[in-house]
Amino acid sequence: MMLIPCPWCGERSENEFTYIGDARRKRPDTSALEVSDATLQAHSDYVFLRDNPKGWHQEYWQHTSGCRAHFKVERNVVDHRIRASVKADEELPTFPEGR
Amino acid sequence: MTSFRLDQGGLIDRNTPLNFRFDGKAYQGFQGDTLASALLANGVQLMGRSFKYHRPRGVYGSGSEEPNALMTVGRGQEQESNLRATMIDLYEGLDAQSQNAWPSLKTDIMAVNSLLSAFLPAGFYYKIFLGSANFWLLPEYFIRRAAGLGRPNELANEDDYQHHFTHCDVLVVGSGLSGVAAALAAARSGASVTLVDEHDKLGGQGLWREAAQREWLHEALAELADYPKVRLMSRTTAWGHYDDNMVACVQVEGDPGKPLSAHQPRARAWHIRAKRVIYATGAIERPLVFANNDRPGVMLAHAGAAFAGKFGVLVGKSLVLATNNDDGYSSARLLADAGAQVHLLEARDQVSEALQDSLKGSNVELSLGQTVLSAKGGSNGVSAAEIGGLDGKSSRLINCDGVLSSGGWSPSIHLHSHTGGKAEWRDDLQAFVPGKRLQEGVAVGAAAGLFATHEALASGWQQGITAAQDLGHSVSAGHAPTLDIASIETSPIMPLWSNPKPRKVKGKAFVDFQNDAGSSDVVMANQEGYRSVEHLKRYTTLGMGTDQGKTANINGHALLAQAQGRAIAEVGTTTFRPPYTPLTLGAFGGPHVGASFAPIRRTPMHDLHQDAGASFVEAGMWMRAEWYTRDDEDMWASIKREARQVRQAVAMCDVSTLGKIDVQGPDAQEFIQRLYCNGMKTLAIGKVRYGLMLRDDGIVFDDGTVARLADNHYYMTTTTANAAAVLAHMEYHLDVVWPELKVRVASITDQWAGMAVAGPRSRDMLQAALPHIDMSNEGLPFMGFVDTELNGLPVRVLRISFSGELAYEVHTPARFGPQVWQALSETGKDFGLMPYGTEALGALRIEKGHVAGGELDGRTTPADMGLGKMVAKKKDFIGRLGLLREGLNKADRPTLVGIMPADGRSNVIAGSQLTEEGQVGGFGSMTKSLGWISSAHFSVEHDCFVALGFIDKGSERIGQTLFAASPVDDEHLPVNIVSPHMIDPQGERQYG
Ligand SMILES: [Zn+2]
Repeated sequence: MMLIPCPWCGERSENEFTYIGDARRKRPDTSALEVSDATLQAHSDYVFLRDNPKGWHQEYWQHTSGCRAHFKVERNVVDHRIRASVKADEELPTFPEGR
Repeated sequence: MTSFRLDQGGLIDRNTPLNFRFDGKAYQGFQGDTLASALLANGVQLMGRSFKYHRPRGVYGSGSEEPNALMTVGRGQEQESNLRATMIDLYEGLDAQSQNAWPSLKTDIMAVNSLLSAFLPAGFYYKIFLGSANFWLLPEYFIRRAAGLGRPNELANEDDYQHHFTHCDVLVVGSGLSGVAAALAAARSGASVTLVDEHDKLGGQGLWREAAQREWLHEALAELADYPKVRLMSRTTAWGHYDDNMVACVQVEGDPGKPLSAHQPRARAWHIRAKRVIYATGAIERPLVFANNDRPGVMLAHAGAAFAGKFGVLVGKSLVLATNNDDGYSSARLLADAGAQVHLLEARDQVSEALQDSLKGSNVELSLGQTVLSAKGGSNGVSAAEIGGLDGKSSRLINCDGVLSSGGWSPSIHLHSHTGGKAEWRDDLQAFVPGKRLQEGVAVGAAAGLFATHEALASGWQQGITAAQDLGHSVSAGHAPTLDIASIETSPIMPLWSNPKPRKVKGKAFVDFQNDAGSSDVVMANQEGYRSVEHLKRYTTLGMGTDQGKTANINGHALLAQAQGRAIAEVGTTTFRPPYTPLTLGAFGGPHVGASFAPIRRTPMHDLHQDAGASFVEAGMWMRAEWYTRDDEDMWASIKREARQVRQAVAMCDVSTLGKIDVQGPDAQEFIQRLYCNGMKTLAIGKVRYGLMLRDDGIVFDDGTVARLADNHYYMTTTTANAAAVLAHMEYHLDVVWPELKVRVASITDQWAGMAVAGPRSRDMLQAALPHIDMSNEGLPFMGFVDTELNGLPVRVLRISFSGELAYEVHTPARFGPQVWQALSETGKDFGLMPYGTEALGALRIEKGHVAGGELDGRTTPADMGLGKMVAKKKDFIGRLGLLREGLNKADRPTLVGIMPADGRSNVIAGSQLTEEGQVGGFGSMTKSLGWISSAHFSVEHDCFVALGFIDKGSERIGQTLFAASPVDDEHLPVNIVSPHMIDPQGERQYG
């Protein structure tokens, strides 16, 4: 059972959290009433497309049974190592290729 | 059968005799025995029947690897099955029964399977299913009765089980020499240490192998027990290693089959979070594979040694011990020193002088280049062994009363494997050792392939210090321990996977005893194309069962490699998965059973409902009143009475379970706008509005109401079921999508009680209860609300309707719920007020055509439910772009309709399919489904069942007669398609 570092609460057991998903996808600005094809496509990608990389993955988690904040982690989906965790509106640090 | 108790030796307490029973017969053993050792001491060798062929079987191992001696222990409430006799600590009054034999272990008539083994080949189940399905039924009839393990206890388990959580710097699994050395080094360095071992005594085999080992272990364990930061746990199996060094353990607290004493749990489940894990899990000996190697009286060499050394039981006076590795020598020597005459068959032609010298002065006869080819004997033990060279030709029969074998040792790499660690083949050891690891776990001693005493001690010590230092503990641990035990020059193990079978000998050579898989089955599986180890496992069941192939896997995989002419490293091994050994399910449940299984949510008015005769239904975790029984009414009479009261007078329903969310902040209005698909901008302070929420893909997510309390303050309700999901949906959009919006949301579901007051007399009644408020249509119009006081208690009165009647909801802070309910009930007496439950509530909303859970099923759009006009055109909201998808705008999408039985009286079943054909054949017949029924209930207004459903081009079908087919119920009912608004289509009642 993973230990997940919440930026607000520190390392807590996985069962306090809810997996939300890919943190690299961005919901496009849909505020313009006239919908362009590009926006439609971007929105469709946001709703339906997910990358499934082997290795490092940037993802949102919610600390559901804790502070309830959403935050970003970078986790290796092969071995579940987490190498960074930041608040939802912060950027994850960049790492050299590989590790 | 000649095994007997030695006069001295072993870790048993000869001053404490214990009485026990096996298959009804009384025996005596000693404190410190296991059931297996006590039975052997009494000359009982036959302990079970094999799974498939019902062959007689005796004990094969001495620990958790045991494949054969599975027992049922205890009676009645305490009865537990499939326990390994080698892991059951003897206690006074223990009552054990053999399994998988009928009418008795000695005369098991199912043993005929043994003769039919030609008809139960490898992959039998695969092959039989290739035939017709009906052909399976015949063998299935017999196999279900013949094959199997112990019977489960069918009584409810009343035992107590506990869950514990703990942390430590270093967790050491296994308390043999290497484990104790690791624990001691880490503890002396200043680390907190937990040491667990599956056996009842800490110390492992060093306790009975050599005096020097025993003395050191006693000292070291005594020192460890004195450290305040050290926890020593026996009878504790570390069964699974999970992410971030969470190791799951089960500790046996109450002996299986024995009534518990007061406050004693049967077992404890431990979740241990360790910074470092050290696997001192040892290794498991594997047998040699020879004909009839499954006879009672044949066992692992180490087991024979353990029964003598640990329990003072000699498994035979005249023993044949076959080996291909050095360890067989120490077992032979120990058995000879205990009083047996041992014929040691060494498969290797040459071994070191020193190894041969180690037998000097003992009663061991050594033959080089020899091995055992077949065991001779029946269900009560062996009488002779056929031995010979590896060419299988020059065989001869020698008399003996026990045959032991050592085919090498397999490190227990299970925990390492659980975490995704790789297994690495070592040719010099002919074994898999831990390879690349993914977690902070490291193997020491035999688990790492370091078998010699000094290697085990040194590796444990070193890893204990390394772990402590990694964690910043820097106290000097002193010198590494050394023991005065001569290390003997080793000779490499000889790969030997299957011994030759002399021509005249009949009988299978078994690889996996528990699954009756023999060497011939491995060859056959390979011939039939099951070439991967994982396929071999499924096809032959080799490596399955309660022992998961602990003694069988390597032999099986090596035989497969041999059959393919490949290296074992190439063929690989199956992946070990938790649990390491079978565990009692009760430990997983822990205290979370029965009423403690999940939290129960009760509304503030729960007790009042109970007093009023409510029947309750679980809705999520909530207990909701579904109807209130009066006098000798039946269920339907209660439901109809309550529904009728809403339509004709006034009734009150507890709606406290609705999700309630408080929304505040300068951008609250903008957020609410984006959250709902219908317009919310014009919602004025003091007004409430129905709201429909979509997912981003355009599908309806939830519905509820929004009341605007102030400029920047809203009070939302959601459905009961979606309360948590809606809150999370809002939080996600605020945290992630629109962090620039200044809004805070909070769940206030539990902080507010709510009650719906519905019916044509509801206004008059509330006016009487709240004389200071103008309740007229002008004073409190439809979709208005007012915050006021009722008898001095704060209430929020909202004019909203779910039933389609003139109706209100009265909300109040949860602590005032009961008082407000009672006050309204008191006033209501003059108006005929009665409580109504969720059944009547459901019936009323279906009549009215209001959608709920059955309709909001994750497939439907607003237009599908006839709510397309609600969707705002001039604003952005979640789901707006999703709704543009082509598939959601097709003209032939199923849309909401009302449904009534054509005969005006039959029961309409929710879940039925709507078809054009009258007669739908039974289950499995084919016809085109045009739609489905999503909810159905009895309508008091129409005095018959009514339903809501979705059907292709719904509005065009109004007036048609179709059929509601429920093949699983064998029902097909003519139904009329009607408008979903089955009462008051103009809404005169609720607006009036
Ligand atoms: Zn948190």
